[in-house]
Amino acid sequence: MSANQFQEQYFGHHHVTVIEPTKGWRMLDWRELWAYRELLWVLTTRDIKVRYKQTVLGAGWAILRPVITMVIFSVIFGQLARMPSDGHPYPVFVYAALLPWTFFAAAIGTSGGSLVGSSHLVSKVYFPRLIIPLSSVGAGLVDLLISTGILLLMMLYYGVGWSWNLLAAPLLLLAVIFTALGVGTLLSALTVAYRDFTHLTPFMVQIWMYITPVIFPLSLVPERWQWLMFLNPMTGLVEGFRSAFLDRPFDLTGLSISFVIAIVIFLTGVAYFEKVERRFADII
Amino acid sequence: MTKPAIKVEGLWKEYIVGHAQERHDTFYELLTSSLKAPLKRLRKLGGQADETERFWALKDVNFEIQPGEVVGVIGRNGAGKSTLLKILSRITAPTKGRIEVRGRLASLLEVGTGFHPELSGRENIFLNGAILGMTRKEVARKFDEIVAFAEIEKFIDTPVKRYSSGMYVRLAFGVAAHLDSDVLVVDEVLAVGDSVFQEKCMGKMGDLSAGGRTVLFVSHNLGAISRLCSRALVLNAGALSFDGATGDGLTHYSAITKGSGRGHTSACTGPLIEKAGVVSVSINDSEEIAGQVFKPEHMIVLAITGRLHEALREFRVTICVYKGDQLIIGMHDSESPTDMPAGLFESRFTIPAYFLSPGEYSVDINMYSDYVGQWLVAKSFALFSVSTEWYSLYEPNHGMGLINLRQAGTREGKI
Repeated sequence: MSANQFQEQYFGHHHVTVIEPTKGWRMLDWRELWAYRELLWVLTTRDIKVRYKQTVLGAGWAILRPVITMVIFSVIFGQLARMPSDGHPYPVFVYAALLPWTFFAAAIGTSGGSLVGSSHLVSKVYFPRLIIPLSSVGAGLVDLLISTGILLLMMLYYGVGWSWNLLAAPLLLLAVIFTALGVGTLLSALTVAYRDFTHLTPFMVQIWMYITPVIFPLSLVPERWQWLMFLNPMTGLVEGFRSAFLDRPFDLTGLSISFVIAIVIFLTGVAYFEKVERRFADII
Repeated sequence: MTKPAIKVEGLWKEYIVGHAQERHDTFYELLTSSLKAPLKRLRKLGGQADETERFWALKDVNFEIQPGEVVGVIGRNGAGKSTLLKILSRITAPTKGRIEVRGRLASLLEVGTGFHPELSGRENIFLNGAILGMTRKEVARKFDEIVAFAEIEKFIDTPVKRYSSGMYVRLAFGVAAHLDSDVLVVDEVLAVGDSVFQEKCMGKMGDLSAGGRTVLFVSHNLGAISRLCSRALVLNAGALSFDGATGDGLTHYSAITKGSGRGHTSACTGPLIEKAGVVSVSINDSEEIAGQVFKPEHMIVLAITGRLHEALREFRVTICVYKGDQLIIGMHDSESPTDMPAGLFESRFTIPAYFLSPGEYSVDINMYSDYVGQWLVAKSFALFSVSTEWYSLYEPNHGMGLINLRQAGTREGKI
């Protein structure tokens, strides 16, 4: 079926829409989501455009934020705490991990509250609600691209990491996006019903960072416990990013565990979202 | 036979309403209940609630709307109008029943849904269009039309937070009105904006329906309903209590609103409401104050019985006769305000029907005391129409001018 046929199916003049009560689990309507792709694009660009409106530095913040974080971490953990970094320069070592982590943390942070923040839309007009958390995750991609550029500059400066491993980065990135989408949609749906999650999410993100090898190397964890770390999908992905950008061998077993769990999280998040989607307008 | 554009079968919608805040008289009670509260809230948020907390917003609603029909939905606040529109626009799911909508449905439940204050008019047109389900191409094609309708050519690249509220509303309605849909669902959006804008919107809605669009229109503005709609649905406490011609629908509506509440004072607003009120209104000695049709040779006699709760100095009753949203005639019941004792009074207004061009009219009742400087108004209190029959006295092209009805009304005190 071509794109136009999808469009016709959902917006066409002969399409019959049936409105009935829904109960229980239901499948995500991918085709409907596809028909609304323009809305996803428009909302994502809106979030990006609005983010730096009326700031002096404008998009400069997208560069400054990760750089400042990296400098702080390098001084505190690299210089003062003498955190091991598997022999790599600590700034590059920590930045390669901050790259996926910052994106992930920002994505689940913003998408968690996205539905509640868009209650004026949810209660006034119909569209697949999934678009709202999707667009807030999508808006973070621009920042991610900018910080990737900075990482490449740092690799040039330190003269490390240029290898074929870099080719794995897009695949890893995709996995990070899916994990963020899964957690983000789950949190956004939960926040609609239980506003407790507005207060809970920041702590969750904080704790999650400390159980993910961002500021420390995975090698700090005793080898027989490392599999446990990989149950956190971000462990595998963050380590994967380091392998890709610092020219280290990939831990394929760990990576596979994290990939599978990332997919499970994504499916769970979307399924739960779909289950409660039609109640949003009543309880938001 | 053509298939209906909207078919609603056995529609029920249940809401769970929260309990009023509980009172805690002792610290112990407060402590125990706040410990129990999260559990209770968890149960409620999870969708389990006691029978007492449930409330049916719609009860077994059935109707069909044919393509091209313009249908007005009327009912008092809380009658289920908005719930019906929300279900039709798929914002919320029904509890029971089934709806079929043929073709593309666009709903306009609010003007400017999703407008972002930081973005320019141009960006917001595309944003709002996408939210309403238009493709980028479609919006681009209609862009100039929308801008012209909203009259914001000069400010198209200014952030909408700098717009005046009028510009904002015009832009928002402009986007929605240019949506290429088969079925248009509109909720009370015309309540905003000035009268020029409202007139413009009404005109646009009229164009849409003339263009074969199916329109479902909710409003408290009975004048607008009678002007736009050929058919009316009256909702009363969640049930469909009337489905038929607009005139009969308005009569039915006025009957159910009259049946409840303390007289008509509930329909009056304004500071003078403490001191005065409308007791009853009749048109040509009939209680039927909505839906009467007059031929041009008829006299329309509007009798208002009012009550003053205390003596009022410099008191006067005025009626305003509107056609759609346009004021046609204003009439006083006395040449100058006079002092009135407390008690009942009757004001009579006589309008020769040939003064009015054919169409639907609504009447506002105003009471004013110059001395205390307070007023009250009962909006769209009575509705009637003047038929289109020709009459020798009625010449449609005699030009327009001010009408001076010197002492057309009278008032006398009653015991």
